[in-house]
Amino acid sequence: MRYLHIEQARLIDPSQNIDTVTDLYVAEGRIKAIGRKPESGVVEESIDGRGQWLIPGLIDLGGHLAEPGFAQKGAIASETYAACSSGFTHVCALPDTKPVVDNSAIVQQILEKAQQARFAHVLPLGALTPDLAGEQISSMAALQEAGCVALSNARRPFKNSYVLRRVLEYAATYDILVFLAPDDVSLSASGSMHEGPVATRMGIPGIPRTAETIALAQMLLLIEQTGVRAHISQISCARSLVMLRQAREAGMSITADTPLANLIYTDESVTGYNSLYKVFPPLRTEVDRQALLAAVNAGELAISSNHRPHDVAGKKTTFIDAEPGMSMFDGFLPLAMQLVDKGELTEEAFISAVSTVPAEVLGMGHGLKEGSLFNAALIDPAQERCFRRSHLLSQGRNSPVAGMTLKGAASAVFVDGRRVI
Amino acid sequence: MIINPCNVQLTADGRLKHFLTTEGLSKALLTEILDTADSFISTQEREIKKVPLLRGKTVVNLFFENSTRTRSTFELAAKRLSADILNLDIARSATSKGETLMDTLWNLEAMYSDVFVVRHADSGAAHFIAEQVTPNVAIINAGDGRHAHPTQAMLDMLTIRRHKGSIEGKVVAVVGDILHSRVARSQIHALNTLGAAEVRVIGPRTLLPRDIGGLGCKVFYKLEDGLKDCDVVIMLRLQKERMQDALLPSGSEFYKRYGLTVDKLKLAKPDAIVMHPGPINRGVEIESTVADGAQSVILNQVSYGIAVRMAVMAMAMSGQQQERNERAQAQGEL
Repeated sequence: MRYLHIEQARLIDPSQNIDTVTDLYVAEGRIKAIGRKPESGVVEESIDGRGQWLIPGLIDLGGHLAEPGFAQKGAIASETYAACSSGFTHVCALPDTKPVVDNSAIVQQILEKAQQARFAHVLPLGALTPDLAGEQISSMAALQEAGCVALSNARRPFKNSYVLRRVLEYAATYDILVFLAPDDVSLSASGSMHEGPVATRMGIPGIPRTAETIALAQMLLLIEQTGVRAHISQISCARSLVMLRQAREAGMSITADTPLANLIYTDESVTGYNSLYKVFPPLRTEVDRQALLAAVNAGELAISSNHRPHDVAGKKTTFIDAEPGMSMFDGFLPLAMQLVDKGELTEEAFISAVSTVPAEVLGMGHGLKEGSLFNAALIDPAQERCFRRSHLLSQGRNSPVAGMTLKGAASAVFVDGRRVI
Repeated sequence: MIINPCNVQLTADGRLKHFLTTEGLSKALLTEILDTADSFISTQEREIKKVPLLRGKTVVNLFFENSTRTRSTFELAAKRLSADILNLDIARSATSKGETLMDTLWNLEAMYSDVFVVRHADSGAAHFIAEQVTPNVAIINAGDGRHAHPTQAMLDMLTIRRHKGSIEGKVVAVVGDILHSRVARSQIHALNTLGAAEVRVIGPRTLLPRDIGGLGCKVFYKLEDGLKDCDVVIMLRLQKERMQDALLPSGSEFYKRYGLTVDKLKLAKPDAIVMHPGPINRGVEIESTVADGAQSVILNQVSYGIAVRMAVMAMAMSGQQQERNERAQAQGEL
């Protein structure tokens, strides 16, 4: 047997409580040994891992890959390549493509494109309602059979509580995992940013926190009633965390994630009408940001990318007219590492929030242990990278790191043992 | 990374080159605008009203949102500065995206335009154009969404100065639909910078933006409380749509609580002046007797509007010209 040998890297895997400098041997796509080289076989290639972290591959619980339907913004190949450059090995693709992921054929098409691209695994999220219209139940079981890991309505609303109730009941019948992004559009639809002093000063119609918390309350009650397996996507408010905690205390097993942007920026970033920072859920205040960071540090929240690539036209217009979303994949790792560097996130909490917790949400085995598929990232915390605008891997022209030089880079990324970066 | 919005409108040495907002501008600069406008008021009274300050320059009125009054005062102001003026009404279609906006502006810039007077329904539109589209054309904000209407605010400041002597030490109340009002926001910034003793906003909670107090004003929910001892009362126009948006029960209910009547005006100082950016809704926000009364300076505001618009166009053009000369000189040196 011929081994890939990763030498003396700091292996960190929160799922097994491992944090140790060791050697790792990979063959046939799987981890064959940790620590000592197996007796038989030879080392074919050796990678010096000194000073680097070897961690389970990052799993994104929600990103927009822009394919099918938005060729001018991105493609599965470009976006998963960008994701891999930040250490992602798995990306959950949101269903608001054109056409919407509401039938098996589209799921098939996405999976094939991802296979051809040979970067990160794409885990399709199917639509909970046909065309995401929020009115009827989609062919959930068929979508699951076709390969959807979970179903979601992206940030689109359900027509009313009745529809949501039936959708969740039906999903529960087949033990289908649902991802719900809380947003009461009657409160958020006219807004473009967080409702608060900054929005008032700029004259931008705001999105109150209650747009999230009211929808979350409705969702939690119906999740409890229907007993569906549910994950709450894209939390932005401190108050939502309190509500999630109360739900857990009442015995519900409910998980949640927050977009990385909401851990880094606040509504102050929007000052000057910078449309780059127009994102949904909106960037909230420092109080919310600190609460989200604390929840990640406590292991209560996963971090998702909420990656959403746009072409120049999507953003180069007035703030209100600009499309929401940030192209996050290129800069995800160094931006998160900045939070670690500043002490806002602990190393372990960060790694757990992007690998262990998402793997648990999806019910995937994902640890770095002997016998498992080698999905991992070798990260050099000290390596500096310059993100030249013309060299970004995502097609999105709306990356917050464009033109910046940042520390923390994935020096090697492996998907099922195959090196992709 | 974060650009201070007020810096976009200034040259390196702090002169005006666009006029986007009153926020962040110094007292000296705001006073310079008022002084310049004052000097134009006297030229307006002459038999020949034109001055040659913008002779040979092209001003384009770019109205993405309908307006007759503001547009015509800008047109008159440009003409009285001897500029050539082009009026464009561009209805903002729902499908037209940023590229269309940018292309329109770039085309106009290519026709050697010098000043764009921009009105747009989106807050930040003038700022976006000045910063990212045509920074070398002087952009005059003629109203952007709920954000700013700086020439209106400055003509209000001029009105107060001319009728009350100065802005310093005055108590000024702004009444009505503050939530949707770009005028109110621009007034609050200008009044605070120019040293008003107190700026008050008065209205029901549904028409007051969240945290409006943070801009430097005191919030009152009852007209009677807010009017007490005011030197200046500024009434805002109430749009009829507000009733449909579930922000108000009815026009008559609003008039009863927030309409400025002769009786209510008595709560203010006896020599208080009454202002309104127009067009006024008689019997909705203001009683006819008050609008036409001795304390009303509403029509004076209109006349001062032309002078203020002349002043900011002349000043911004001069700032732009200075940068053009500097660029030309730098190129010459290369």
